[in-house]
Amino acid sequence: MIRLQADPIDAAALAADARGDGDGAVSLFLGTVRDVNAGRRVLFLEYEAYARMAEREMERIAAEAIVRFGVTKVAMIHRVGRVEIGEASVAIAVAAPHRAPAMDACRFVIDTLKANVPIWKREHFDGGAVWVEGV
Amino acid sequence: MIVRILYFASLKDRAVASEETIEVPETCDVAGLWAIVQERHPRLREVTTRPLAACDMTYAAWDRPLGGVLEVAFLPPVSGG
Repeated sequence: MIRLQADPIDAAALAADARGDGDGAVSLFLGTVRDVNAGRRVLFLEYEAYARMAEREMERIAAEAIVRFGVTKVAMIHRVGRVEIGEASVAIAVAAPHRAPAMDACRFVIDTLKANVPIWKREHFDGGAVWVEGV
Repeated sequence: MIVRILYFASLKDRAVASEETIEVPETCDVAGLWAIVQERHPRLREVTTRPLAACDMTYAAWDRPLGGVLEVAFLPPVSGG
């Protein structure tokens, strides 16, 4: 399960999708929306994606994680559209026979996603909104 | 040749369009296309840091020739996660 979606993420379902019976570990990362950024109160975030390319890049990162870390499966979902405070904007589940590769690969996947996948967030606050670009 | 151009995030706001299709010279590269779209959309001239470009959904160098490319996207620095 690798995709963009507008609806809230079911993290338990994502973890279940990643895990097979040969796996002794599932590492789950949730990126959640904070109510403050750079000292300013945030009301909600809005995500835009170059959807076709984003899903392709996400598939590529998952494949690279499998090769580099020897994990079994990588599942990930990124939200598009409006995401409320406290909701997950991104969820990554990595399954492996043992915990170390699952956790290392999970870190690699979120770091690479944030650096490479064509998705942008727009921060809405009292009195306006700004694109966050290049964090 | 005909190229479809996509804009995202702040670049979309500046171009006041998410996509357009234009005719470009066969010899055009990504840098040349950026110069053309800056001519068409004055607010893109205010962009001081060169955006990323993707040709047919793959990140491309600035001197990548556009021969055979159907779709070019101009992308501000990404901020997903």
